[in-house]
Amino acid sequence: MPEKIFAPWNDPDQKPLIRFQNVTKKFGDFIAIDDLSLEIYEREFFALLGPSGCGKTTMMRMLAGFETPTSGSIELAGKNIVPVPANKRAVNMMFQSYALFPHLTVWDNIAFGLKRSKMPKDQIAARVDEMLKLTRLGKFARRKPHQISGGQRQRVALARSLAKAPKLLLLDEPLGALDAKLRQDTQFELMDIQETTGTTFVIVTHDQEEAMTVASRVAVMDEGKLIQVATPDRIYESPESVYVADFIGDVNIIEGRASKQGEDLYRVDWAEGQAPLVATSDREFSEGQTCHLAIRPEKIAISAEKPAEADNAVQGSILDIAYLGNLSTYHVELPGGMIIKAQTANTRRLSRRSFTWEDTVWLSWTATGAVLLAE
Amino acid sequence: MMRRFFLIAVPYAWLLALFLVPFIIVLKISLSDTALAIPPYVPTVEWGQVREFLSQLDFENFVWLTQDDLYWKAYLSSVQIALLSTLMTLAIGYPVAYAMARAPEEWRATLMMLVILPFWTSFLIRVYAWMGILSNEGFLNQFLMWTGIISAPLTILNTNAAVYIGIVYAYLPFMILPIYATLDRMDASLIEAAEDLGCSRVSAFWLVTVPLSRNGIIAGCFLVFIPALGEFVIPSLLGGSRTLMIGKVLWEEFFNNRDWPVASAVAVILLLILIIPIVLFQRNQQKQAEAEP
Repeated sequence: MPEKIFAPWNDPDQKPLIRFQNVTKKFGDFIAIDDLSLEIYEREFFALLGPSGCGKTTMMRMLAGFETPTSGSIELAGKNIVPVPANKRAVNMMFQSYALFPHLTVWDNIAFGLKRSKMPKDQIAARVDEMLKLTRLGKFARRKPHQISGGQRQRVALARSLAKAPKLLLLDEPLGALDAKLRQDTQFELMDIQETTGTTFVIVTHDQEEAMTVASRVAVMDEGKLIQVATPDRIYESPESVYVADFIGDVNIIEGRASKQGEDLYRVDWAEGQAPLVATSDREFSEGQTCHLAIRPEKIAISAEKPAEADNAVQGSILDIAYLGNLSTYHVELPGGMIIKAQTANTRRLSRRSFTWEDTVWLSWTATGAVLLAE
Repeated sequence: MMRRFFLIAVPYAWLLALFLVPFIIVLKISLSDTALAIPPYVPTVEWGQVREFLSQLDFENFVWLTQDDLYWKAYLSSVQIALLSTLMTLAIGYPVAYAMARAPEEWRATLMMLVILPFWTSFLIRVYAWMGILSNEGFLNQFLMWTGIISAPLTILNTNAAVYIGIVYAYLPFMILPIYATLDRMDASLIEAAEDLGCSRVSAFWLVTVPLSRNGIIAGCFLVFIPALGEFVIPSLLGGSRTLMIGKVLWEEFFNNRDWPVASAVAVILLLILIIPIVLFQRNQQKQAEAEP
């Protein structure tokens, strides 16, 4: 029997663990969260992604109980938690600054929450040891937070917030303070821990790569609203708006006018004297409607000769080459002045690179390679 | 090499001239005998008679301090008054410092200013002002009688109560400032973390805020206790004839009795008593510096 894919959001019988219903949060005149509804399911690793000031931290603080919504309700396992104070919620949070108690040892930091509940002493010790093992901190149990490294502190913060076995764990920019290499390792560690403990994780981040790596679903936010909620691959490959396409990864946006060419196929007139582009879309566009064609750089092929059987081909000259090691991004200037980014994997060694600055090249992509968006 | 030597030598010369030399003079006077002379003690140092001079020094005055119970009672009562007023200062200063640290950012400079403002007026004038407030016909009694809380004036001035009020008032800023400094530095998310892990507001205060402001509390307590122990102006102006503090005894010994050697002996013992809390204070500061990440 094949393993079922984890996708409770597609299952109408599943009850969400968290349900935001028409939640609005105002700070004075400022609307931080604007009539937002959202459902998060058990065992999900859910990412709230957006630029600073988009309201993602406010969402998290409302879940933790540090902020109350101005209107609307937040349900946890079917119960409205708005009137429940932070210290009575089965929700724990890992803070961006880690907020480790500097006067307590690693062991006492992890035990802090357990000691507040009426758990017997030997059980507390057993639970703390279990957490130390899970986060590989056994050796550092007797140290104070300032005596361990940043990565270890991050794991103490995680162990402390998981110790009480919360129904929901909130992570506020959990990897923000770590350097790039450590961050990658820690991302996978976080996913492992999430899977072993079976806890529902909600992570807040402004780092789209991090959100894409760890999350089962990503919610892209802007100005207190959800722009799109979907799995990472759908967010990347089928963005519903120019905002999402632009926010996640690198993208070329070509503005033009759409006209129907056939079943799900549209012609896009985009510049004087240039051949129209074609793109498939399951969205309906009216004749002559302004549209945006979003193409990821890696979907664009680059060649010296005009490819014979390409749906779309444009000619330009190479303006810049960004060498990223595994990839190279070519900035190609079209005759109208527009710059298109095309990316190729560097499967060859650099010395045998086919193109260089000022070369005239052809860029081509298929009709399905681009996404046609209204706004 | 020379430059470095001079850089170090200047502050050491300063310490030597202004602290060690005066102390040696006081110590020397405490070992002398009182006399009707100018200066009012013998022996005085004369060239070529060092051996004779040294032979005349003795510990008579220190022995005297143990024979008359006035002195040890004065020391004990000073310690008691200093200790009690330190605790009262802490009880008042901590909430003030806490409120300051929690105040909106734009208010803090003003609040800090208000704490420091009294220093701009003469200490003596402020103590005299308290005499005006606390006396039988003073503002406090007039106000209390006007409101009808009391029918006859309370006797506060010239009692120990007035001394406590005076010390708490005078040294409050020394308590507030170090506590405020530790509370201000504290990461506000620590309290949220404590609440997140199941603490109520009150238990988060006792389990997180208080331990983290421990260094400020200790520093503030020493900064109040040490000067309060030798305080002279406040007990002599606000206290009564029954207020016994070593600073006052020292003053009377020196100016009223003109017994410089006994007064010096009192001062030397006071210094020895003060060294204990000062050393403890220094150790605390050092530990704090080491604990900083």
